[in-house]
Amino acid sequence: MECVYTTEFKLMYGMLFSIRSFVSKMSPLDMKDGFLAFQTSRYKLHYYETPTGIKVVMNTDLGVGPIRDVLHHIYSALYVELVVKNPLCPLGQTVQSELFRSRLDSYVRSLSFFSARAG
Amino acid sequence: MAIFSVFVVNKAGGLIYHHDSYAPRAEAEKTFSYPLDLLLKLHDERVLVAFGQRDGIRVGHAVLAINGTDVNGKYTYDGKEVLEYLGNPANYPVSIRFGRPRLTSNEKLMLASMFHSLFAIGSQLSPEQGSSGIEMLETDTFKLHCFQTLTGIKFVVLADPRQAGIDSLLRKIYEIYSDFALKNPFYSLEMPIRCELFDQNLKLALEVAEKAGTFGPGS
Repeated sequence: MECVYTTEFKLMYGMLFSIRSFVSKMSPLDMKDGFLAFQTSRYKLHYYETPTGIKVVMNTDLGVGPIRDVLHHIYSALYVELVVKNPLCPLGQTVQSELFRSRLDSYVRSLSFFSARAG
Repeated sequence: MAIFSVFVVNKAGGLIYHHDSYAPRAEAEKTFSYPLDLLLKLHDERVLVAFGQRDGIRVGHAVLAINGTDVNGKYTYDGKEVLEYLGNPANYPVSIRFGRPRLTSNEKLMLASMFHSLFAIGSQLSPEQGSSGIEMLETDTFKLHCFQTLTGIKFVVLADPRQAGIDSLLRKIYEIYSDFALKNPFYSLEMPIRCELFDQNLKLALEVAEKAGTFGPGS
């Protein structure tokens, strides 16, 4: 399946890599969780990184508070269970698993801050 | 101090003003005997801990002082190289102070330009049209707030995550900038701000904001 968002992905990866480096230098104290989120006038980007380097990113509305536990659930209950433990899913490559895609979709739709708006 | 620092960045991304309030940085001073059980490495003109975290000394901490006297980058106060000095068993026992390295002026300049670019990319990555740049960046130890004026000047404030009222503080800093820097006939636009009245009034505004803002439990 041709992915039309590859430019956005590369931009996002570069941005997150730079933000992590920026934050580790700027921080006045030793950090434990590191960079959590940033927001602009229109959206909020939430970030969660595992010790193995897997990054979970979610863009939401401005009204959404800390959702670190949600991102952690996406990693542990969806990614680990459906992709890592799947012998047919090669790690490090684009996730093609249809099951992962559909489970992730229904999980996100079930979240309290998700509301089906037009678009 | 709940407000850690203030930065002002010009249209081109250059840092034109910075101010740091005293922030208690974690420091640990210990006496060591030969051989040192920490692995030190040279990085960016500083001696950093690479391995061997213990007792408040974390990886990434820099050597701040040896036997009570501050080191100068990778050299001791009398010009010897720190790594060489610590490799010589004759100098032991030695008391070394470790802590988070303070940013040099050069590093602040680079970080300001880096943030200028990140701010712009933040608006490009937006899933919706017409987004501004990064207005707030959150970590577990600090929150960075940014206000960009219509002329492209950015006011950046680093504060405690629980500190409130930073939005009004940013507008106040903009006011102070236009009163004491822009109206100063000797100040050139986009140049570093060296106006005493700007410094004084900024410090006053920070004090007012800290007192008025809410603090977390235990402060």
